[in-house]
Amino acid sequence: MTVQEVRLCGLLLQQHFGNVVEKVGTHLIRSGVLTLRALAYETKLPLDLVKKSLCVLVQHGMCTFGAGRRGPAGPVEYRINCESIIHMLRYPRYIYTAKSLYGDTGELIVEEILQRGQMTMSSTVRTVADRLTNNMPEGQSMDYSEVVSAFSRLVETHFLQRCPPLASAGSSSSTLDTPLPAATQPTEPESHPDCYKLPYINLTGQGKRRRSSEGGEADQRAAKKARTDNSECGDDGIHWQVNFQRFHLHFRDQAIISAVSCKLDQSSSEIVRTMLRMSEVTTPAHAAFTQALSSNEIFRALQSSYNIARPNLDQYLSLLVDDPMEFVGKTGDSGGGMYVVNLHRALANLARATLESVVQERFGSRSARIFRLLLRKRHLEQKQVEDFAMIPAKEAKDMLYTLLSENLVQLQEIPKTPDYAPSRTFYLYTVNQLPTARLLLQHCYKTVCNLIERRLYETKENKRLLEKSQRIEAILASLQATEAEAAQLTEVEEMITVPERQQLESLRHHINKLDSSENQVDESIFLLESYIKSTQASR
Amino acid sequence: MAGNRGRGRSQFTFNVDALGFGRGDSLPSSAQTPSPLFPPMQFRPVPLHTGEEVDYMLALKQELRASSKNLPFHIKAARTKTDVARYSDKYQNGEPKNNCIEWSPDWSRMPKELCIKVRKTRKTAIGARPQLTPKVAAKKEEVLQKLETLEKREEEQHSEEEEDEEKKKKNDEEEEPDADEDYDEEELEDETDYIMSYFDNGEDFGADSDDNMDEAVY
Repeated sequence: MTVQEVRLCGLLLQQHFGNVVEKVGTHLIRSGVLTLRALAYETKLPLDLVKKSLCVLVQHGMCTFGAGRRGPAGPVEYRINCESIIHMLRYPRYIYTAKSLYGDTGELIVEEILQRGQMTMSSTVRTVADRLTNNMPEGQSMDYSEVVSAFSRLVETHFLQRCPPLASAGSSSSTLDTPLPAATQPTEPESHPDCYKLPYINLTGQGKRRRSSEGGEADQRAAKKARTDNSECGDDGIHWQVNFQRFHLHFRDQAIISAVSCKLDQSSSEIVRTMLRMSEVTTPAHAAFTQALSSNEIFRALQSSYNIARPNLDQYLSLLVDDPMEFVGKTGDSGGGMYVVNLHRALANLARATLESVVQERFGSRSARIFRLLLRKRHLEQKQVEDFAMIPAKEAKDMLYTLLSENLVQLQEIPKTPDYAPSRTFYLYTVNQLPTARLLLQHCYKTVCNLIERRLYETKENKRLLEKSQRIEAILASLQATEAEAAQLTEVEEMITVPERQQLESLRHHINKLDSSENQVDESIFLLESYIKSTQASR
Repeated sequence: MAGNRGRGRSQFTFNVDALGFGRGDSLPSSAQTPSPLFPPMQFRPVPLHTGEEVDYMLALKQELRASSKNLPFHIKAARTKTDVARYSDKYQNGEPKNNCIEWSPDWSRMPKELCIKVRKTRKTAIGARPQLTPKVAAKKEEVLQKLETLEKREEEQHSEEEEDEEKKKKNDEEEEPDADEDYDEEELEDETDYIMSYFDNGEDFGADSDDNMDEAVY
């Protein structure tokens, strides 16, 4: 775990779960694998707080536990899964994707499951129905069956999956015959055969509107009723979690389609979209390219609204194949031509475009020209760089040295004699895409950390003002509920002076900007992470 | 390897032109301080994306952040009480306690050692108790029985609170061994609540007044 990743995980844990969980989490990340007692001793927190924090982390799938080094008889060891903590940055994007694919119901389902880590189907359906009912006008309520159908659609397309079953880790009962999974190999959720099977639940009814006029008694009664209802539903013990990998595949497809539409045109992007949709289910997660599709199949699957005739389709396909970005490749001639989408190559090209744009925005277009030259030509001497890039020698030298000091360009020595004498050695400049991508990914993590810290600093500086405005809003809301006169409302509103209002406005503007930047940096993080993972998978 | 050292003026051992600067140029000065915290940028950054999608995701992000503070997963450490135990403590349930968890996870999916008792609301706990005591008695002894059950209920409540207090005290003791050390020395002398150095027991009263006759004695 790199320094920046640990820092980012700490900030995210603190933001969502508080200081206690942050302390426990960062300590566990730094130490690797620890038992409960060791963790409590080293963090100097009371044992109960450590237990609660570990419960929260396990619930959200960020911490795994298993039999430790001493085998099944020894204490249970815990380890943190850093990736799932960093995924917390991307929660808004997951929720927005669910909304665009499955509407408000899907959006709320994914939001509930993300916030609670794991949930049973029945409790999800109930909570979402209640939330939707609250937002609907009086008299209407949401039927459970609609929510159930949205849930089942999410499961069918693999966006939600069952939590993997656990072997009884740490239990004192004598199940010595079943081997416990070691802490190093958590069971993959996909290995469970019933991963995407919906349980049969007996759940009928409608969402309940939460009324503020009824007192706490009604809530208690409803809460007790809900508890007894839960056990009758028949899906105890079957918890569902969000399948992040499927969302990532979807984002990758979206990135490829938008790249094609930027580079070529809308119709080509529609063709690529059709190809990707057809091979969604048949392509395994880490495949380098999709299944081969014949041109006839593609034509049949194309929606008629796109209005692409058969000969045009063939032309578009050949254009896509000839494009230097190599998104689509031709693997055969049967069936009018067999085409595949080159997933890994597309990711590599997208990552390369990201690197080039970073260099261009930070150092100028001429440095970007040198960078692209080195990416293409691999190794070049100083003189050759000046000639190929058509930049005067002094400036080229300056730019090269700036890039070298930022570690974006590396120096390779090729000796002519075994003693590496400087007058008899070639010095070649080179760019390696993979290490540079890793470097930029760490820069991105650092950027997000800085953005979060700046936002916390801004909030802390203006804490007094924010609290005052919240109090005034609460007063205004209560006054409006009791239908006070307009004079009273204006009097309360004037309690915030005009310069304070301006300060609040600018504070809100800054915080929005910082938050928006975090979302945008996360898009780069996703691209670079996918590229790095794809190169590791192909090795 | 002994090579041609050059006669007179210094010569570099490698071909200087390959590096790009001539003989007469001075070498750039080496950096002696760490690079500045906010280095000046050559180019202004590109403006952020805008649009409906971006605004919606921004709103989602801020909402998620605000609502996660209200969920039971946001763990706050219980405030350690440093002054006297107050009567109102019994009635203030809002404070989080360290030894109970505010949500009920599925314990079958967690290791057994993490099990803490789940926090229930006070009302149901107290309401359940009188039902446990068996309700027997003829009419004549009904009043006596009722008095006895009320007594028992008070005792049980008291013992339950004592248990809680003890657990809390144990936790407090684990957390604050340092605070106690300051008081230890003073208290050890006479085992009273009063700090001995502040107490003047009047033994020196007569002895001092003999020496200082010029000071008025009131």
